[in-house]
Amino acid sequence: MATPAQDRKIAAPAVTPDTQAFWEAAKQGTLLLKKCPKCKELHYYPRPHCPFCFHDQTEWVEARGTGVIYTFSVTRRAEIPYAFAYVTLDEGVTMMTNIVDCDLDAIRIGQKVKVVFKPTIDGPPVPMFAPL
Amino acid sequence: MSIKGKAYIAGVYEHPTRKAPDKTVAQLHAEVARGALKDAGLTKDDVDGYFCAGDAPGLGGFSMAEYMGLKLRHIDTTETGGSAYLVHVSHAAQAIATGKCSVALVTLAGRPRSERAGGLLSINFGPAPDAPFELPFAPVTANRYGVSAMRHMYQYRTTSEQLAWVKVAASHHAQYNPNAVLQDVVTVEDVVNSPMISDPLHRLDCCVVSDGGGAVIVVGPEVMKSLKKPRVKIMGAGEFPKHLNGGKMDLTVSGAAWSGPTAFTEAGVKPSDIKYASIYDSFTITVLITLEDLGFCKKGEGGKFVADGNLISGIGKLPFNTDGGGLCNNHPADRGGMTKIIEAVRQLRGEAHPKVQVKNCDLALAHGTGGSLGTRHGSATLIMERE
Ligand SMILES: [Zn+2]
Repeated sequence: MATPAQDRKIAAPAVTPDTQAFWEAAKQGTLLLKKCPKCKELHYYPRPHCPFCFHDQTEWVEARGTGVIYTFSVTRRAEIPYAFAYVTLDEGVTMMTNIVDCDLDAIRIGQKVKVVFKPTIDGPPVPMFAPL
Repeated sequence: MSIKGKAYIAGVYEHPTRKAPDKTVAQLHAEVARGALKDAGLTKDDVDGYFCAGDAPGLGGFSMAEYMGLKLRHIDTTETGGSAYLVHVSHAAQAIATGKCSVALVTLAGRPRSERAGGLLSINFGPAPDAPFELPFAPVTANRYGVSAMRHMYQYRTTSEQLAWVKVAASHHAQYNPNAVLQDVVTVEDVVNSPMISDPLHRLDCCVVSDGGGAVIVVGPEVMKSLKKPRVKIMGAGEFPKHLNGGKMDLTVSGAAWSGPTAFTEAGVKPSDIKYASIYDSFTITVLITLEDLGFCKKGEGGKFVADGNLISGIGKLPFNTDGGGLCNNHPADRGGMTKIIEAVRQLRGEAHPKVQVKNCDLALAHGTGGSLGTRHGSATLIMERE
């Protein structure tokens, strides 16, 4: 038995001035993170203020785009089943996402994944992850 | 400064309805307020403090205060989702202890069963800063708890059968509650064979969807002395908002790991002293993780702790949710905190159903989890004593 992942319609994320760079990079296939120049911590989702030391000049850094599945839940009671998940990036931050382009029944915690950007309706693409 | 011994729960009321297509939410709020005041032996004019959360229609508590004709000198609309009502009782005790009010009314009501035509509940995040980074991935209530359950299973080898025992225990209690939405006793097999909603949570791992509500009256020692009800004293409380911490989090831990110790320290008791526990049960996993975090067992051993009927009154070591809980009885307005307080008070008064009443129940705990384990939530713990 297999449940192949299917593309579903994704509503466009609301782009705000402080996250515009993130979505512009997404269009180029690049995943950006925010890093604090003061305490050196990375965080996600991106904010102008560091949620750890509250410094207000966080900087964009490029993520490698690879990581491992921290946890997931295949939502089966839905028009199109999908894998809601968290991925821990190589850089050490964990982000909410979907696992795509695979058999949903074969997804495992700890599996290595890489970012793939999926289109939204009239908006920038969003970062999802596919098994390596 | 502590709220220990400074306030009492004088009145409680759980609306008997589970489906209310012909009533407004405001009307349900008024009905539960009347019920709790009658239970306490007080009237509307005695109320000088009012507490409500996001389920109350209108801006803050003003519309409801006007609708019910309350004359107030204190109002608190702290919103922590389904745990708000436990926070309200704690805040009411603080307000009473500092002289800001003397009779506090807390109400909850809603009609999700009448208003929602099936389907999974997707929370409207509004203009929250996290929304653009979450909504594209289709979070719904079931998968935002499913991710915590999956990680707990991975880290601690917790099984679906162990989770099922939580529902089995709730169903054993619900069979004696004529108002419960689900009154049939179920087995572990029934739970694990029910349809998968969002891995690893089956249909029977989820709470019910019900209309209705409830209310609580909190008073100070002087007012309590004038009333006839058994004296349920507030001993300690704790609250903790847990979130994703910039992407550095552990989804197997809930805010109970902080709200619990705060409440136990204030009350001066420990988990093994508790005779009865009302544990928020939006899903089976919510109970399992909460019991660990409150210290009823070690972290990671929740699966073993809940198995084999250990939560069934008269059989297990820790009787829980003897009204059938949110899993079987009632989850009004998709918020289970109010009914958690009410059943704990019934137990302390000796007013629970005789088949589930805990013997010599003099110390009880109620715990709420509002929001979701897999993203952000507000935990609230309340410890009460029969004086
Ligand atoms: Zn910093």
